[in-house]
Order: sequence, then structure tokens, then C-alpha cells
Amino acid sequence: MLRTRVIPTLLLRNESLVKTIKFGKYVYIGDPCNTVRIFNELEVDELIFLDITATVEGRAPNLEILADIANECFMPLGYGGGVKTFEQAKSIFQIGFEKIVINSHAIENPVFISELSKHFGNQAVIASIDVRKSFFGHYSVRTYSGKKKADIEPTLWARRLEELGAGEIIITSIGNEGTWSGYDIDLVKTITEAVSIPVVAHGGAGCLQDLSDAVKLAGASAVAAGSLFVFQKKDMGVLINYPTQDEQENLFGDI
Amino acid sequence: MITIIDYGMGNLGSVLNMFKRLNVPAKITSDADLIANSKKILLPGVGAFDNAMNSINNSGLREILDHKAIVERVHVLGICLGMQLLTRSSEEGECAGLGWVQASTYKFPPAAGLKVPHMGWNVVKPTRRSELTKELFDKSRFYFVHSYYVKVENENNSILKTHHGITFDSAIQNQNIYGAQFHPEKSHKFGMHLLKNFANL
Repeated sequence: MLRTRVIPTLLLRNESLVKTIKFGKYVYIGDPCNTVRIFNELEVDELIFLDITATVEGRAPNLEILADIANECFMPLGYGGGVKTFEQAKSIFQIGFEKIVINSHAIENPVFISELSKHFGNQAVIASIDVRKSFFGHYSVRTYSGKKKADIEPTLWARRLEELGAGEIIITSIGNEGTWSGYDIDLVKTITEAVSIPVVAHGGAGCLQDLSDAVKLAGASAVAAGSLFVFQKKDMGVLINYPTQDEQENLFGDI
Repeated sequence: MITIIDYGMGNLGSVLNMFKRLNVPAKITSDADLIANSKKILLPGVGAFDNAMNSINNSGLREILDHKAIVERVHVLGICLGMQLLTRSSEEGECAGLGWVQASTYKFPPAAGLKVPHMGWNVVKPTRRSELTKELFDKSRFYFVHSYYVKVENENNSILKTHHGITFDSAIQNQNIYGAQFHPEKSHKFGMHLLKNFANL
């Protein structure tokens, strides 16, 4: 049976890995290569790297770091951050990543998603939707690491991304990110109900139970988390960790 | 030396990375002379069936590859789409496949709750002894990404089976020709072991 994928998301800021809270206030985690070496030993299902300053700084992906990462990793790898051209995507695939995460540039140039999926296949394109919840409970799509508001409602945008050829959607709750308070189950659910492609829940996971909730209560196909896999506990030091296969079977076994 | 065929499809970097880790000499090439002199061939592939077959047929590599596989009988391993190309045909396209294994490639039938592509980690069940799959780790799991699956005509050619809605052949063998539907290069020590077996053939 197909296993539920459990995906650590790692945030690149310049040459370092960091962890944010609600897309702000970052803590240094470590050197990317050392960290991925540990994740490789832990035999993680998949890793997603997000360069959180590339788009904001108008910078291209740092291919050198990505090549170093790919040399250490024998699992599926995704990369997002500042990817705007076909050539950049091609270089990233050649290095040994198999998925590209597109967020801001999908809003600016939606056909980019189609261009990539036509050439590299839908499975190679993850569309990322960052969502902020207002005080009144209204959801809005955000780009540029949460800084800009996009003029489209999240479920409509998810459907559009599926039509354009995205193979997966990673949905991130900005308000829950880094808070250990659990996923925004309502948000994840509205997206999984809107599309038929796999949806990856992201933002807020604080314990293993949160992971299975995203699958059982919200219909997520895969779960992603940052803090949970890089810290010992909330407000404690860095400790790279990952649930064992047995723990995962217990969590998702009856799904 | 393992020759990784570059016919313009798929990310070859990760296959090369894993052979590097295994200290197995390997080279990515589309050069006809190098391929004609190769001792062992890896046929990778991600993408559409017809694009891949057209690319192989139009590049002049077809005859060389047929000769290596059928006449010289060098060991060949097709991965993912590369395995599907070994079959006679695919429901994904119009082109004939290489036809080196008596098998065909079909689309996953629609079924409630069944996600296609079959993407993620799944387990395999050995059905026959093969040098490719010998001494696999206990609880081996492999990373799959595919919307089409292979079914052999003769069960003797099936070496691993996997279940996703239906049971399909996740690894096949016809004498010197092997195929794996999953990505061994992305499957940790489980896949590394399989590539090591191939290197040791």
C-alpha cells in the first residue's frame, strides 16, 4: 500500500538553514549539507527546500548549494524559491532534484506552470499556496514570502493551478507556521475538496498526531513540517529528528 | 563502467550521484560510439512514452541499442519510463516500444479514492529469484512516480510486484534485460542495494 509521505521542509536563507515563525523572526538551524546528511541517514520520505529570500531579493536559485544537497540525498527532493525561467528549472532538475515548487511566479505568470509541466511532467511541478487568515476568518493568498496579497481566493486559485498542470499543491497556513499549534485543518480541507491532485499540508504541525489529523480530518495526501523535525521541542534547541517507519505505520496504518 | 543513456528525458544527475556513492564508474552520454562500446547500459527516463521513443528512434540510437540488448546481450536496466520503454507498447502513446520484454504498459484504471499518479513510497513483493533483487533489505520500500503500469505476458518475466488499486509488475526481467518501475536512485539504501546488484552483474 502507498505510504503517506512525511516531508521535512527546510528553509534556506543565504547559505544557512533557518526556521521561521509566521514567516518572520528566524532562528539559525545549521549548515544545509550537514543537516541533509542527517535527514538522509534518518531515511526521510522526501525533502523540500524553500529559499525564503530569493524571490524577495529578486535573486536566482543558488545552484551550488542545491548541487551539494543533491550529492548527499538519496530521496526525492523539491526546491522552491526564485524560480522564474525554464532554464533555471532545467538546471535544478539536472542537478538531481525532481520537483520544483512555484509560488509567487505562478501568480505573476500562470502559464509558467503549464510550460514546466508540459515539458517535465505534472509530477515535477508543486504549486505552493501561502494563505493568511484575517481577524474575521477570511483567507487570502499571499506571495513574496507572505508580503504581497494576491487578488484571488485560495480554492479558486488551487483549482486554477490544477488546470494549469500542477501535479501537487502544498498549502501553507502563514498564521500557524512555526507555532506548533497544529495545521489549519479547515483550510487544508477546503483545498483537498477543491482539487483532485495530491495536497500537502504545511504550517503548524507540533506533534505526530497533527500529521495524522491532516490526513484523516482534512484529506491531505502528504504532510510537511519544519519545526517538528528540526527542534527538540517548542522553544528548545535544534535536534534533527524524524518518526521511524513503525511510528509512521502506527500513525497512518489504518488510513 | 555503466553507460547511462542520455536521450533528452529525465534527470540523470541523481542516478550518477548514487553510482558515485557506490564507487561504481558510470557515465552519462548520448554519443553513439560510446554507447556502441558500452559494457552495461542504464536506460533512465521521466516523461511521455512517445517523446522518449521518438527521441530514441530519431537520434539513431535505436539500432545500436537493439544490437547491444538483443545480439550482444549486455546487461540493461530500464528505470521508471525506461522500464516501460522495454515493453511492446503503452496506452500513453502511439509509438511501439523497444519490445525487449513480452509485456505492455497500461493506464491505471480509475477507482474511487485511488490517486494517480501513483506517487510515493510503496513496498514490493518478490515473485521470482533474480540477480537484480537478491538479498533485498527486510521491509524494503521504494519511491514510485508513474501514471502507467507494466504487465508482463509471461509471469516468468515478473520479479517484483506492487499493489496500488491493482497489482502490477514493479520489476521485470527477460534474461539480460531488467526493468524497475520505481526510482532506485531515490530510494535510500533499498534502491542503492538494487543498483549495486546491477553493477555486480
